[in-house]
Amino acid sequence: MAYAEDAERQVLHEPKSYWTKYVWSQDHKVIAIQYSLTAITVGLIALVLSGLMRMQLGFPGVLDINASEYYQYMTMHGMIMVIYLLTALFLGGFGNYLIPLMVGARDMVFPYVNMLSYWVYLLSVLILISSFFVPGGPTGAGWTLYPPQAISEGTPGTEWGIILMLVSLIFFIVAATMGGLNYVTTVLQARTHGMTLMRMPLSVWGIFTATILALLAFPALFVSGVMMLLDKTIGTSFFMPEMMSLGTQMSHSGGSPVLFQHLFWFFGHPEVYIVALPAFGIISDIISVHARKIIFGYKMMVWAIVAIGGLSFIVWAHHMYVSGMNPYFGFFFATTTLIIAVPTALKVYNWILTLWQGDIHFTVPMLFALAFILTFLVGGLTGLFLGNVVVDIPLSDTYFVVAHFHMVMGVAPILVIFGAIYHWYPKITGRMLNDTIGKLHFWITFLGTYLIYFPMHYLGIQGMPRRYFSFEGLEFISQSAYILNQFITVVAIIVGISQVLFIYNLIHSFTKGKPSGNNPWKAASLEWCTPDTPPHHGNWGPKLPVVYRGAYDYSIPGLTDDFVSQTSTNASVGIVSDIEGEGS
Amino acid sequence: MYSATEPSTNKSTRHLVSDWSSDKDAFKNISWGKAMMWIFLLSDTFIFGSFLTGYMTVRMSTTTPWPNPSEVFALTIAGHHIPLVLIAIMTFILITSSGTMAMAVNFGYRADKKKAASLMIVTALLGASFVGMQAFEWTKLIEEGVRPWGNPMGAPQFGACFFMITGFHGLHVSVGVIYLLIVASKVWRGHYDITKLSQNMTNDNQENTNSAKNYQIVEITGLYWHFVDLVWVFIFAFFYLW
Repeated sequence: MAYAEDAERQVLHEPKSYWTKYVWSQDHKVIAIQYSLTAITVGLIALVLSGLMRMQLGFPGVLDINASEYYQYMTMHGMIMVIYLLTALFLGGFGNYLIPLMVGARDMVFPYVNMLSYWVYLLSVLILISSFFVPGGPTGAGWTLYPPQAISEGTPGTEWGIILMLVSLIFFIVAATMGGLNYVTTVLQARTHGMTLMRMPLSVWGIFTATILALLAFPALFVSGVMMLLDKTIGTSFFMPEMMSLGTQMSHSGGSPVLFQHLFWFFGHPEVYIVALPAFGIISDIISVHARKIIFGYKMMVWAIVAIGGLSFIVWAHHMYVSGMNPYFGFFFATTTLIIAVPTALKVYNWILTLWQGDIHFTVPMLFALAFILTFLVGGLTGLFLGNVVVDIPLSDTYFVVAHFHMVMGVAPILVIFGAIYHWYPKITGRMLNDTIGKLHFWITFLGTYLIYFPMHYLGIQGMPRRYFSFEGLEFISQSAYILNQFITVVAIIVGISQVLFIYNLIHSFTKGKPSGNNPWKAASLEWCTPDTPPHHGNWGPKLPVVYRGAYDYSIPGLTDDFVSQTSTNASVGIVSDIEGEGS
Repeated sequence: MYSATEPSTNKSTRHLVSDWSSDKDAFKNISWGKAMMWIFLLSDTFIFGSFLTGYMTVRMSTTTPWPNPSEVFALTIAGHHIPLVLIAIMTFILITSSGTMAMAVNFGYRADKKKAASLMIVTALLGASFVGMQAFEWTKLIEEGVRPWGNPMGAPQFGACFFMITGFHGLHVSVGVIYLLIVASKVWRGHYDITKLSQNMTNDNQENTNSAKNYQIVEITGLYWHFVDLVWVFIFAFFYLW
């Protein structure tokens, strides 16, 4: 018997006590909020760290930061942002909140494990943060943690920092697996009546595919983490060749440092798409709602997501052109890397064609969505430079790389996160976020990030190496680079501080915001059809909703409303966005 | 498990597509628990795949010769030097346990509680004896001076890979034994019977409410157990026979 019939026969058991309702909650919505708040908090720590790094680069000596501290800030900034903020927020936050509501389930299929997922995630965050308070501080190996340097004397944090980092990652992977199993199984097996796979909103498709990537890519990180932990703690030699360190012969011999790079990037490249695919999906939905138009080429969009997900597993070594691997590998991986640009470009075209002649409302979520398309385009184009071996080698390890990946997987997904929070905050709280503060926050963030990262492309082409603590006295760096660095720092500090606007908006609007009603954006997808806003435990009341069409029926002539909700039985309007109509 | 009314194979592709794209569930007549176990095992495959790939890479990268597994894993029994004898017995036991597990699943679907539970306990005992022999093997190697960081026979990666991979697999077997015992005791006590289920229905998310799938949990446990066996076959082939 399908989950849907089952869910209707069961009597809803709503938790009564404060603790089971808000703390040890098994409700996907509460878990989503717990995930999101934890991720945002830890992200703010990483934001402060980036400010400290920028101060050192722009105005060396003003703050008393030494080289070790700089590398520790850099490592923690990167790791927190990529794993503990972006991955956790997209999958644990948005995945948890949106999947059951968008496919019409009461909850995730295995709520207890879903709850455990959050608590293990919190544990991993606490272990990571605790490394700031151990002797030697957190690890300063760079977020890629390449051995041998990550565990050799001389790198900051080799006493405890690296151990805590690896243990924290292992716990994070356990948490992501427990959550991920729930997300995938819920999408596959727990959809409501009439919700075919090809009627799911693209947000669900993006999160679903990204979760599959997570389930298959995180194992490689898990294994490399276990192996490095053994190298560090009990002296095995998986990644450690025979080498001298600080004048003494180390006891290791015969290991393969490149093996770590392969394992790491076998995880690391799908990780880019673990972050990007949910962003792609969410942005498609936001654009469609706020341009009042059906998403252009829904089927193509789905296949593009799946194709990108598949291809992302065979491009990993484009991160390793200068690692000393066989040059023929470079040829293969450059080719696959350029192939992945095809479905990605297809998605960008489809977003633009969705906007084409649409009834575009410049709401705050829409502004962020438009900014995302532009930013992703810029970041994607520099990806073409770095994907080609011959162009990559001179640009490798320069600020060009920093600019590229901050544009494409730093700023772009963060813009989506902001857009998505502005879009779904009314569903989560029943109140609107303040529009004026939102627009101010948008313009500062959007323009600011361009002022920060555009100049970095120039710095990179000039040859300014990344991961340098200080550039003083380097002959090959022109005077303009120092001035630009100061400029970037000033903008970065302003953008960083302006995020207070966002936090203030979240807190203030929670009690003081304008009541939103059930469906403030007049969106057609299922999550806006809940009987209550915010949705109660069990989401749908006694009966699950029945879905008759796709999620994108907008601007239909002859209706008082210009949209048709997914649950509407209104047969007089042609079902525009039902792609698999015969399937039901 | 597909019902007998499923169409013949020449239409199967079309039906696969319509199953997948239909509403409610992509895999018809498969509970979410079973689907989730399959997905978990797929993920776990990548973990063991990465472990074995890592092992093969360091075996190629190391500069010192690899110890000969036939020599290292030989036992002298009654004056005879027999290579790989312990491993052969361990492998036999584990594969036998897969057989008893399959029988348990069969009796589970016939709702023969006592037989299903007994066979699961037999499976768990076989698994436990596998772990016991592994402990014996570890002890023997440690006494001979094999350590994760080095050994007297050759490449230091030998001990590192051996303890890491067999340890991780042994952990899987141990977890499997505990899992089997828990499910077996629940089956024995009739926890999955229909009448009991309707009482527990509201607060127990783990079980199916459909009478036909009452004992599917036995099959789900079996999936995990067979997977652990299958992984052992690969470890056996790549580590002991290579």
